[in-house]
Amino acid sequence: MKLTSKDINDTRLITAGGERLDAAAAIRFKDEMRELTNDGPARIVLDMSQIAFLDSSGLGAVVGAMKQLRADQVLELAGLTPTVMRVFTLTRMDTVFTLHADAQDALGDDYAHAS
Amino acid sequence: MGRAKDRTDARRMAEGEQFEIIFPGDQLALRRALKKAMQFLHGLSIPAEACGLVEIVLAEAVNNVIEHAYAGACHGVVEFRMEHLDGALRFVILDDGLPMPDGVAPAARIPKIDSPRGDLPEGGFGWHIIRELTHDLAYSRIGNRNRLEFWMCTKDIT
Repeated sequence: MKLTSKDINDTRLITAGGERLDAAAAIRFKDEMRELTNDGPARIVLDMSQIAFLDSSGLGAVVGAMKQLRADQVLELAGLTPTVMRVFTLTRMDTVFTLHADAQDALGDDYAHAS
Repeated sequence: MGRAKDRTDARRMAEGEQFEIIFPGDQLALRRALKKAMQFLHGLSIPAEACGLVEIVLAEAVNNVIEHAYAGACHGVVEFRMEHLDGALRFVILDDGLPMPDGVAPAARIPKIDSPRGDLPEGGFGWHIIRELTHDLAYSRIGNRNRLEFWMCTKDIT
């Protein structure tokens, strides 16, 4: 799982570049998220559109990534693929996170201008 | 034990189709096994959404084996069988690890999520997901082996 980040105005957009966020990838994902968020702005958006598969360990890592944020930071999620969305709805985690259809939806015109 | 090479056996039989794989109980071997199982399901023309749900359930069930049955110094192989019968899939997962607590498969219990951010659960979702997506789940301990069987209907799981 390769994470890349880009600051667009007051938002840090982190793009997950791996197909699977599973038990084998979960711990590293959470550690890399800590590195990319601890000096970041208040709003973090994680683009998950390339993640085709996520299990409960992966879900736990996304929750963990939110819990390790500073108190003034939020984590929002964008681009959940159908199977990933199913895990979020089954566990009701879709009610915990703000979800966006995609990065463009999360960032609006700022995204179009930045890319 | 636990260092065995993956062994796969996919068969098409007159009355249905069968897939069988034996692999070491670790996360990377599980990834490879899931890939093979998904290739088998795609070959049966099962819709992608249904395949995705099967993959989630199998990942949860085998992760439980790796993390609990084969906890600590206990290592071994996982034997997994899948059978396609008339719009339904039957699954059997076998391992030689520790038995389930109290000899029963855990109930579907969703962790509490209406709590402050710092108290949100990072685990404990696995059995809830398995119970939600499967039916006729049965666990038995046979000698030193765990046997978990369950069904998924490929017609209405999408």
